[in-house]
Amino acid sequence: RQSPGSYSPKPGWRGGGAGLAEHLWAGSSNRTAAHLQDMEKARPLWDNPLQFVFACISYAVGLGNVWRFPYLCQMYGGGGFLIPYVIMLVVEGMPLLYLELAVGQRMRKGSIGAWKIISPYLCGVGVASVVVSFFLSMYYNVINAWAFWYLFHSFQDPLPWATCPLNSNRTGYEEECEKTSSTQYFWYRQTLNISPSLETSGNVQWEQALCLTLAWLVVYLCILRGTASTGKVVYVTASLPYCVLIIYLIRGLTLHGAVNGLIYMFTPKLEQLSNPKTWISAATQIFFSLGLGFGSLIAFASYNDPSNNCERHAIIVSLINSTTSIFASIVTFSIYGFKATFNYESCINKVILLLMNTFDLEEGSLTADNLSEMKDYLMAAHPQEYAQLLPQLKNCSLEAELDTAVQGTGLAFIVYSEAIKNMEVSQLYSVLYFAMLLMLGIGSMLGNIAAILTPLTDSKAITSRFSKEVISGFVCFINCIIGLIFTMEAGNYWFDIFNDYAATLSLLLIVLVETIAVCYIYGLRRFEKDLHTMIGRKLNWYWKTMWAFASPLLIISLFIFYLTDYILTGTLQYQAWDSTQGQLVTRDYPSYALAVIGLLVASSTMCIPLGALLTFIRKRLKRERVSTVA
Amino acid sequence: MLGVLLLAFSVVSVASAELCKPDAQNAFKVRLSIKTALGDNAYAWDANEEYLFKAMMAFAMRRYSSKSTTQISNVLLCNVTDRVSFWFVVTDSSKNTTTVPGSEVEAAIRMNRNRINSAFLLSDKTLQFLKISTTLSPPVEPSTPVWLIVFGVVLSLIVAGIVFLVVSGIRKHKKKNKESTERENLEEKGEVTITIENGIPCETLDLKAGHVNGVFAADDERFTSL
Repeated sequence: RQSPGSYSPKPGWRGGGAGLAEHLWAGSSNRTAAHLQDMEKARPLWDNPLQFVFACISYAVGLGNVWRFPYLCQMYGGGGFLIPYVIMLVVEGMPLLYLELAVGQRMRKGSIGAWKIISPYLCGVGVASVVVSFFLSMYYNVINAWAFWYLFHSFQDPLPWATCPLNSNRTGYEEECEKTSSTQYFWYRQTLNISPSLETSGNVQWEQALCLTLAWLVVYLCILRGTASTGKVVYVTASLPYCVLIIYLIRGLTLHGAVNGLIYMFTPKLEQLSNPKTWISAATQIFFSLGLGFGSLIAFASYNDPSNNCERHAIIVSLINSTTSIFASIVTFSIYGFKATFNYESCINKVILLLMNTFDLEEGSLTADNLSEMKDYLMAAHPQEYAQLLPQLKNCSLEAELDTAVQGTGLAFIVYSEAIKNMEVSQLYSVLYFAMLLMLGIGSMLGNIAAILTPLTDSKAITSRFSKEVISGFVCFINCIIGLIFTMEAGNYWFDIFNDYAATLSLLLIVLVETIAVCYIYGLRRFEKDLHTMIGRKLNWYWKTMWAFASPLLIISLFIFYLTDYILTGTLQYQAWDSTQGQLVTRDYPSYALAVIGLLVASSTMCIPLGALLTFIRKRLKRERVSTVA
Repeated sequence: MLGVLLLAFSVVSVASAELCKPDAQNAFKVRLSIKTALGDNAYAWDANEEYLFKAMMAFAMRRYSSKSTTQISNVLLCNVTDRVSFWFVVTDSSKNTTTVPGSEVEAAIRMNRNRINSAFLLSDKTLQFLKISTTLSPPVEPSTPVWLIVFGVVLSLIVAGIVFLVVSGIRKHKKKNKESTERENLEEKGEVTITIENGIPCETLDLKAGHVNGVFAADDERFTSL
């Protein structure tokens, strides 16, 4: 019931009534005015812009910054990789991030609703985003489960991955552990209990299932109240990783041999710049690191105050994301250097011990410095015995140790834990490190779940029947049940399938359609006017050129590259753990795994044309109905 | 007389040389890594240390077989190198020409390994009897694995948090329902005026201090004052 005198224009745009709303959006479509009048309940908002920035940072800064960027940096020219990385950030990263944030803030709906507003034929884009987010959340939380597992096991002295377990008659160590290292054994056998191939599925590991359930309970706790709870949680998940990274930076730089790693990794190998793979990797890394196309950024921005300056926030978030990648790679390379030096020195000591024992030389006569001369002398003095010994004498090389480039779960869980076990007070560093991994993972999970939940809570049909808590609980429960697949013995192989194929191709297509939709279907000029109304500043020519030309062209070239790469490779292969040899071997995917891969890619990409088709059919039917009535 | 003595001595030394040599029957190789174990506090290996070793072996044999007949002179050392490594045998105390079977010596050493190690301030790794493999001590395992305890603690905290949030959400929902029915009753009586704009009650809108959007600042003049 409206009392007289209540209608008065207030500063800012929210205070206006129906007439003002229509005046505001007169330049835009009538659809948007109607949708604004539809708002019966106010949309939940972030308490302050800082929460929004923290949420975006927490989402964008994830495990990829820690375990993928250092690998790329090492493979594609060390310090020289920063050149294509920064160029791609400017050309692709910032514009696309700003685009998504602006769309979300302007439309004030999740991905499905937002793209429906832009054009009814584009509802498929939103659905595709939700499908991809759903796939991602299914497998991504397993990483958090692993982080929990390692975190819980860090409260022991000595750390369980520091030594091999004993075999049954206690005369030596377990055979599999002898062939490989204790950290690899802990990861492959005691954590994953991995089967030799994808076909042998094995049983669900109850320990991993428990950790996965816990991970999903944590996620549910954080999203239970929507932005009210998420907004508080992201303060922790965004800032704690930086504290840990700083501690690790100080610790890492003071480790023995860290400098070796830093020098080796960061010396620019500029000849890599001529390799097209370098540029493609830089573009891909920027693209996926920012988490574009999942709908999470649209979801986060939709909870914004509409006059929020998302342009500034887009620049801040993308810069912080890239700086964190570089920062994390400094830490990683110093850890690499420490680990490589440690292994190199152990190798040298083993050789020295072997020579001393065989030739009964005095202790201390053989050192690392005089090793090569002594070897020549011994070869001359006792040629027969030396020749017998030769197969056991390994050539220890620091470069070979540094060259082992690892990415992904291997880096995070094997290499880092190997370095940690050799530090003093290893329990403390272990706890800090896995807590950091957990924060990074949960931060990204919050964004993924927001991408799924926001369209669901936007739809009236669902919210009228179920409360927000029930919907969130249902989504978490379904994901948890499906996620149990990844806790089986062959689960890590399925994880790799999802990790490599669920999101890559689909996201490129989604973002391409998004950019073209905003620039050409909605109209760049119209969007520019909307942004001017929202933020109060004119759009820079830089954004316009990037959106209209540079970014779409870049995405198209990435898309073509990926397609040709898939086609040229022929059969897809994966790395399986062979326990008899104690190392990874390459195998071919069975046919049903290939079918699953095809299904993953198709189910998200096909949403876009299907959505357009369905809308077209619906409009046709409505028109026919109207014409028959008339 | 002298000749007989010389002959006897040479026979004995030849015999002992035959008994103790590398890879002889029932002989064991010992390897010590004193500098690795003790660093700067390392002692030098000399005749006194050898005497101690012989004494420890005799002690081990006595303890094992509980026959107090093994003498220090029954333990023979040979081929001492700079490493420090050497071979030794234990001869039978009753007959000086045969050696005690290797299995007995091994069992005696296994039984007294700790005492032998501590006599030289060394460990299993730095005082090695090459043919005698060490049994590794199993790691201490608590009855409930530590990780389960930590897991239980974290799980109970999280579940408590969820229950608290859900319950408080339900309570707030009930209170809001009660309030809205009360308000409807009051409205019907015409007692409460609520400012409503565009169908949205003003209280639900977050009226925090916003910032002025430059586009609108000029627009205030357009509207005629009420």
